[in-house]
Amino acid sequence: MVRFILQKFLFMLLSLFVLVTATFVLMNAVPGSPLQREKAPNPQIQKNLEAFYGLDKPLIQQYGIYLKNLLRFDLGISMKQRYKSVNKIISDSFGYSLRLGIVSVMTSVVGGCVLGIIAALYHRRFLDHLAMVLAVIGLAVPSMVLAPLLQYLFAVKLRLFPVARLEGPLDYVLPTIALSSVSIAFIARLIRTTMIEVLHADFIRTAKAKGLPGHLIVWRHALRNSMLPVVTYLGYLVANVITGSVIIEAIFAIPGMGKFFVQSVIDRDYPLIMGITVFYAVLLMVCRFLADIAYALVDPRLRLQAAKVAA
Amino acid sequence: MTDTLLEVRDLRVSFDVYGGEVEAVRGVSFEVREGEAVAIVGESGSGKSVTAQAIMRLIPTPPGRFKSGSVLFEGRDLLRLSEKEMQRVRGNRIGMIFQDPMSALNPTMPIGMQIMESLILHRRMKRSAAKERAIELLELVGISNPEARIRQYPHQLSGGMRQRVVIAIALACNPSLIIADEPTTALDVTIQAQVLQFMKELQRTTNTSIILITHDLGIVADLCDRVFVMYAGRIVEAGDKRDIFRNPQHPYTRGLLKSLPRLDQPKNEPLVPIYGTPPDMMLPPGCAFRSRCDKAMRICELEDPDWTVVGETQRVRCWLQAAGAGVAAVAGGEEERP
Repeated sequence: MVRFILQKFLFMLLSLFVLVTATFVLMNAVPGSPLQREKAPNPQIQKNLEAFYGLDKPLIQQYGIYLKNLLRFDLGISMKQRYKSVNKIISDSFGYSLRLGIVSVMTSVVGGCVLGIIAALYHRRFLDHLAMVLAVIGLAVPSMVLAPLLQYLFAVKLRLFPVARLEGPLDYVLPTIALSSVSIAFIARLIRTTMIEVLHADFIRTAKAKGLPGHLIVWRHALRNSMLPVVTYLGYLVANVITGSVIIEAIFAIPGMGKFFVQSVIDRDYPLIMGITVFYAVLLMVCRFLADIAYALVDPRLRLQAAKVAA
Repeated sequence: MTDTLLEVRDLRVSFDVYGGEVEAVRGVSFEVREGEAVAIVGESGSGKSVTAQAIMRLIPTPPGRFKSGSVLFEGRDLLRLSEKEMQRVRGNRIGMIFQDPMSALNPTMPIGMQIMESLILHRRMKRSAAKERAIELLELVGISNPEARIRQYPHQLSGGMRQRVVIAIALACNPSLIIADEPTTALDVTIQAQVLQFMKELQRTTNTSIILITHDLGIVADLCDRVFVMYAGRIVEAGDKRDIFRNPQHPYTRGLLKSLPRLDQPKNEPLVPIYGTPPDMMLPPGCAFRSRCDKAMRICELEDPDWTVVGETQRVRCWLQAAGAGVAAVAGGEEERP
């Protein structure tokens, strides 16, 4: 198992290196420069600025310097955000994104599981159809459509929840719904399908023949076996939430990382683009990695395979 | 001899399918005495598994439907119990052994827990006591090193061992009846023999009654006292093992026996199969076996035969015996034809 983890870790480092390089090349291939202004400034000031950010050096050297700094976890200084360091911007804004992200992931998993289980248990009856209609709506309506609708209905018209920002607990309700709707729908459909399949499995009949009451059969025997695909999906779920939060943060005026990410691209703020990209990438890789391990924990058959792969 | 433990009366189970209603079990009646092993024999689709699952009420309804009948067990009609009361019978008073040990166990639960579950539920045992009993049961069914095995998952066990675990689950609460639905079909011949040997011993030592569901007459000869032959949802012949094997009355039973290899047969003599396939279960009137029967008569198309008592223990549903000598005369000695 240790070797399995080590292997995965090395692979992560390699992916990260490729990603940093690709982002660096693409970013510099985009026309425009971070120091371009509407009015052309004094050439000397321009030169000094370029020197300060190291933009006067050849690209390959800039790349080398960036990698060196990255190894020390130094992501550089933003060119637009009042010269704050990228590390500081991320640590300030990530809190918002993280809190919203965690709430969304939990909402997705719990909501999706509950809907999916209900649908499976009432297979082909009213509740099943209702849950699946909701799921299809959730999948079909993108968050940038859903979010303004929610704001209009619940914040502007009914005045139940605040329209924007992220301070008190009530603030979380609308952005969380907007951010999780797709994942809830996806998980609900996933759980429903596997659960229906599992409920017809022979070992469920064995459990019934033991005299277990229905809720214990679902809880102890069916649920765990139906959860497997959800655990694999968890890695993608986190990815969905992270990429989704870029849009949601913009709509709900949440000062999270997503907002800075969008702004950095518009500004051609090289260090911030790189910094947030690298941070997102590491986050995603760690999540996938944890999902792999979680999968092995849920399914004992995979534990064996993992041990074999590592051996 | 002894008391009746289980009495199935006129059990009818049907399934609502796309094309209409299929009667899988059409009026089955039989009884099992205490400490007795009986066999229900028949080919695939004859309704034997449905009968077994109907006793345990494991048939999903819908699409299944209990049309009539009663299943008297320990003085109560199982078909009229509430679901809660039925749960107290399942796994506690009646244990069930399933056909395919590969899929009958939960892949994500250690086998020990799968055995302990019913003990904790029905016997209100503490975890530690249940664990001890689980180890005891695994030892009983012949699994070595049970202390370590209870922590293992089904995929870490061979097919034979898994089937023993399934048996251990069925035995856990000392049920008075065990229903074994093709317990050895999925196993190697050598493992089959071991499992059968074990069940035989078990039955002798604990006085548990067994209903064995199988299509393998060899197993029946080994384990059972009485035999019920099922065809197309009906019992067509019933009797003591000896009578059925020595003197089969129904053409279908004869066919089954002829299709088995025998040690006292000349080496080169070919086995005789029963030609054709089981009938579509949306049956027209008349005897269900007539289209495959080499002795079919006109009356077989018109009416289903009722029971005819042919010996001390033996009953058969066939017009050949029902009409007796009279029909034989009309048929012109057809019975003597080889």
